[in-house]
Amino acid sequence: MSAAQAQGTVLSPGDTVAVLDADVPGHIRTPFYVRGKRGVIERAVGRFRNPEELAYGRSGEPMRMLYRVRFAQAEVWPDYDGPAVDTIDVDLYEHWLRKA
Amino acid sequence: MHIGHDHPHAHGEAHDPHAPQGDHDDTLDYYRKLEIAVRELLIEKSVLTADEVRRTVESYESRTPEGGARVVARAWVDPEFKALLLQDATAACESLGFDMNVFDVKLTVVENTPKVHNVIVCTLCSCYPRMLLGMPPAWYKSRAYRSRLVREPRAVLREFGTVLPDDVAVRVHDSTADLRYIVLPMRPEGSEGLTEAQLAQLVSRDSMVGVTALPAVTA
Repeated sequence: MSAAQAQGTVLSPGDTVAVLDADVPGHIRTPFYVRGKRGVIERAVGRFRNPEELAYGRSGEPMRMLYRVRFAQAEVWPDYDGPAVDTIDVDLYEHWLRKA
Repeated sequence: MHIGHDHPHAHGEAHDPHAPQGDHDDTLDYYRKLEIAVRELLIEKSVLTADEVRRTVESYESRTPEGGARVVARAWVDPEFKALLLQDATAACESLGFDMNVFDVKLTVVENTPKVHNVIVCTLCSCYPRMLLGMPPAWYKSRAYRSRLVREPRAVLREFGTVLPDDVAVRVHDSTADLRYIVLPMRPEGSEGLTEAQLAQLVSRDSMVGVTALPAVTA
């Protein structure tokens, strides 16, 4: 359970978050390239059934809050050779995020 | 390899455009058998009807990039529709008559501006805004596009002929969950006098994926 869930809080646009740097087996939607990286909440999308559970025929409950998180490309790829304004948005579930 | 094309041969290489095509009706492989077996069981046990399966397949196959182009052209001429589209794309598309119920995902429109260029990818598989664009092109599903677009987006965009100055932010969107993205391209210069139907003709599939921008209209 993430820090945000434990506090019962919802992350807000502009909040800085860190993605858990976990290597867990199963049907995981969090790409490796953002694990351990820091980004900013772009928006809270809403609650969805957890695909990590749905993939195994389970109910997907409890529903999980989904966020769009914006990362600077320079944060994701330390040797990124484009301008600093470039970003990548990734859709991530709350249990992969902690407030940073 | 150049990823703007789905054929692996070098350009200029001699090939016969009228060569016989391979048959596609003899590939009863593992997954094809699995699909047939599961489908037949679901119908036999009355979970689904054959007609429901047919209707869903037809709904997917009936969609083409012309659907997306209609939505984009409407957004260019109708500011209220555009505002709704950016806020609640499903409601906006339903107001134009699109059936969005077939898709259990949330359509999200990202708008290009003089300072932001958006481009979409699914690094995990091939998620694509099928409700408005139909089936994804082969290059969209290729490992080259999926891995390189997040790593070196400007190099990939250049290969599609899209060169952006450094003060335009390239914003990549990786569809990893329940959202499906589509890009609202900028209205081309020189298109001021065109009707909505004429504008829709200008909107390419690739511009709605975000790998190209729309060229200026010349008289």
